Amino acid sequence: MIPLAHFLIISAILFCIGLYAVLSKKNAIQVLIGIEFMLNAGILNFVAFSKYDRINSGGQVFALFAIVLAAASVAVALAIILNVYKKYNTIDPSKINELRD
Amino acid sequence: MNMEQVVFYFFAAMVLVSAFLVVTMNNLVRSIFLFFVTLFSIAGLYIFALADFVALAQVVIYVGGVLVLMLFAFMLSNKELLNDLKLTKRTALYNFPAILVSVIFLFILINVIVISKPENLNWLQNRINWLQPSDNSVHQIGIQVMTRYLLPFEVVSILLLMALIGAAHIARKDKI
Repeated sequence: MIPLAHFLIISAILFCIGLYAVLSKKNAIQVLIGIEFMLNAGILNFVAFSKYDRINSGGQVFALFAIVLAAASVAVALAIILNVYKKYNTIDPSKINELRD
Repeated sequence: MNMEQVVFYFFAAMVLVSAFLVVTMNNLVRSIFLFFVTLFSIAGLYIFALADFVALAQVVIYVGGVLVLMLFAFMLSNKELLNDLKLTKRTALYNFPAILVSVIFLFILINVIVISKPENLNWLQNRINWLQPSDNSVHQIGIQVMTRYLLPFEVVSILLLMALIGAAHIARKDKI
């Protein structure tokens, strides 16, 4: 039986790795990967707590919803990144400083 | 230390090491392939939390969908983008604020976890409500999605439809 705190600590470390990627990376795709890490840390917490919730299984159901939302967000974000590249010729988030024209 | 713990900590180490390598690696394609290893190992951790269906969904949606989408979008798009993706090396000083913020945040999170002692929470003490390895959790999830969580399920399906139409609209070539 794995203690619950170990799941939480693993997901905390994973969340901080994702936070570091979002804050420091100069490439929109790597920022996107960092966001995926943070989402996965959240899903890991949901799943870890759902072990103690057999009747409602709310954790597992909402983990599934979160996985679906992450997939949708990746599809939209990649489309946006490709369009931004077409317009600015760069995908460095700090160089994209105007919304239109 | 029994077999379960050995495999669990092996998967946990694999998640953390590969995630760390993903964010420190300079080659983008290589870091996307390492992201693949991370997601697979996270699916392994889900199995240890007795969520086999979620682990399967993770493998199918993340590994089969998201990663292939990421690779395809950048390998099938124009060549200049791939040339432009050569990542520039950054000094440690440049990354220092980000490292500082994430380490402080990690310290806060672990402190909270240690202080709050999640094992002793009141609503976790009811042993009848604990998931057993022999339980059929897919059956339970199916019933719950169609009864108790029907509204979130419908909202998610509408949002997925919106994201699909939006992504197709944004990604099309001609000007509107």
